[in-house]
Amino acid sequence: MKPRSILTDIGKSLVTAVLFMVLLFPLMVMKVNVSRGVAQIQFRWNLLPIVGIGAFVLSYVWRIALEWNERRGNNRSGGIFSRTKAVAGVYLAKSAVRTSSYLLLLAFVIAFPFLFGMYHTNVMITAFIYVILALGLNIVVGLGGLLNLGYAAFFGVGAYTYGLMWKYVGPSFVAAGIDTGWLFWISLPLAGIIATLFGILLSLPVLRLRGDYLAIITLAFGEIFRMVMQNSSDFTGGATGISLIPRPWFFGQKLPPIKAATYIYFIAIVLVIITIFVVRRIEDSKVGRALEAMREDEVACEAMGIDLVKNKLITFALGAFWAGIAGVLMAAQTTYINPDSFTLWESIIILMAVVIGGTGSIPGAIGGAILLKLLPEYFRALSQYRMLIYGIAMILIIIFKPEGLIPRKRKQYTFDKKEVTR
Amino acid sequence: MALLELKDVQTFYGNIQALKGISISVEEGEIVTLIGANGAGKTTTLMSICGITPIRSGRIVLKGQEISGLSPNKIVGMGVSQVPEGRRIFPQLTVSENLDMGAFLRSDREDIKRDMEEVFAIFPRLAERRNQLGGTLSGGEQQMLAISRALMANPHLLLLDEPSLGLAPLLVQNIFEVIQKINKERKTTILLVEQNANMALKIANKGYVMQNGVIKIADTAAHLLENEEVRKAYLGL
Repeated sequence: MKPRSILTDIGKSLVTAVLFMVLLFPLMVMKVNVSRGVAQIQFRWNLLPIVGIGAFVLSYVWRIALEWNERRGNNRSGGIFSRTKAVAGVYLAKSAVRTSSYLLLLAFVIAFPFLFGMYHTNVMITAFIYVILALGLNIVVGLGGLLNLGYAAFFGVGAYTYGLMWKYVGPSFVAAGIDTGWLFWISLPLAGIIATLFGILLSLPVLRLRGDYLAIITLAFGEIFRMVMQNSSDFTGGATGISLIPRPWFFGQKLPPIKAATYIYFIAIVLVIITIFVVRRIEDSKVGRALEAMREDEVACEAMGIDLVKNKLITFALGAFWAGIAGVLMAAQTTYINPDSFTLWESIIILMAVVIGGTGSIPGAIGGAILLKLLPEYFRALSQYRMLIYGIAMILIIIFKPEGLIPRKRKQYTFDKKEVTR
Repeated sequence: MALLELKDVQTFYGNIQALKGISISVEEGEIVTLIGANGAGKTTTLMSICGITPIRSGRIVLKGQEISGLSPNKIVGMGVSQVPEGRRIFPQLTVSENLDMGAFLRSDREDIKRDMEEVFAIFPRLAERRNQLGGTLSGGEQQMLAISRALMANPHLLLLDEPSLGLAPLLVQNIFEVIQKINKERKTTILLVEQNANMALKIANKGYVMQNGVIKIADTAAHLLENEEVRKAYLGL
């Protein structure tokens, strides 16, 4: 950095610091004490330099970071990060290394519930549920480019499918002497199908919408779902929700909670693996490519003969399906559901997982979901700042790594040389 | 029988009438050009043929079959493919993926592969960049990609909307040569919309001059090049 620009940076940061001191003066320095009906202003002058110095340092660091980001943009190859990445890439390219690291990961994941106990197992199940959700939303937002802010509603459809099955079909199961554990396995595909139907239902009114309008309609859909669940108290139990939902039984045997958690953990792993597999197949398929094309340019898509109506139906249906599956899992894990679990915040957090991880990237969605679910669990001390931290993280990611933490790698097509030169 | 026939076609955008009853006929193997000023309705004509902006009245007949009212994907399936105005390639897809999208309705993998090699032979520049994202190509390369993508549908009728838009004169020359070559070698019928009337009329068999949503003059390209009115208004001579 040239010395002149250091001076201008310091100057600008000083101006920021002064601004902050003036703006925050009434808030930080002045304190009004009311004693016996008389207001007295107490001046806490010692806070003023703290505000000033804090603002100055933050502003200066911010400037340096921005400049670093710009330089990095101009010179992508030289950084230490990209070099480590390149080395790691070469290392991982060896199939033996890759297979063994996958196996190691798998072994760790399998051993996890036996090593760490029920609390951590439950935390991991929640993380896995969010992985499925993020992967499902990734189809809609990442591939299809359709911003869906009502995704939690499909999650809710899944959970309520299981919940209502328990509430209405469960008693006859009990009366007939059949294991209630079977309800889970019936609900799992059923919830997927019902959520898919809801997805198609939602996609019908939004066929011609994009961007902001689509976001608003989906948001409204999410809220409508929640309100309907909350207010139809006779049918769904209203705000009190549905409780005592059975956990899945292990081959006709009811499990104590700790073993049930382990069992659900493994079900979740299998579902995550199936989801990853299917979503990858979708991404590499013609349909997936058509979804991406739709994200890029709708008119060009039509000119290529891609049926936009069918495409949008597929997008919403596929996204909703996985949310439905995740919903059943969630209902089985917590054994209790109510409308508050499916608010707009839920949708936004799933969306954040997708964006922070890297829109359109499968490893990104997985990483994002795990990060957003595990960090708050293990940093409970900071829980009152959670939204603040999420917000700051979001801003930082968008400025410094807009393509997400694990950006999508495009598939490379290789041809035989012979075929090309003609 | 003409390959494509438009009879008294009217198209509206809401209440605004863009096409006020136009009739065009395109014979098999021809290059037909549609020239005219901005806002004359040239692009709307192409969009109407493709079914992207549905027509309100009139008839569009392709190979003896009425296609007005069909959805765009059906029309593309019948062998009509469009290079839209302003290229509209898929910027976040690679060159090969863009080409793959052009062949979306085809399922003959081997033929698609062969066709891809064919377009790479026409535009060797694209072959070099097949793994590059569409958005990182230059304007000329994007135009090549847009044309190639349309060719991947293996069309009988290729609709080209302003292929010379925003390209350097030398590249324009190049693109027009390729258009002629496609017409000759692949026997593809071409309907070409152009602002660059001079170039378009030089390679075309027949031309239509459009103005405010109607066909003003219809004649052979050679006659249009001689026509005093056309020379003054569109050729700037």
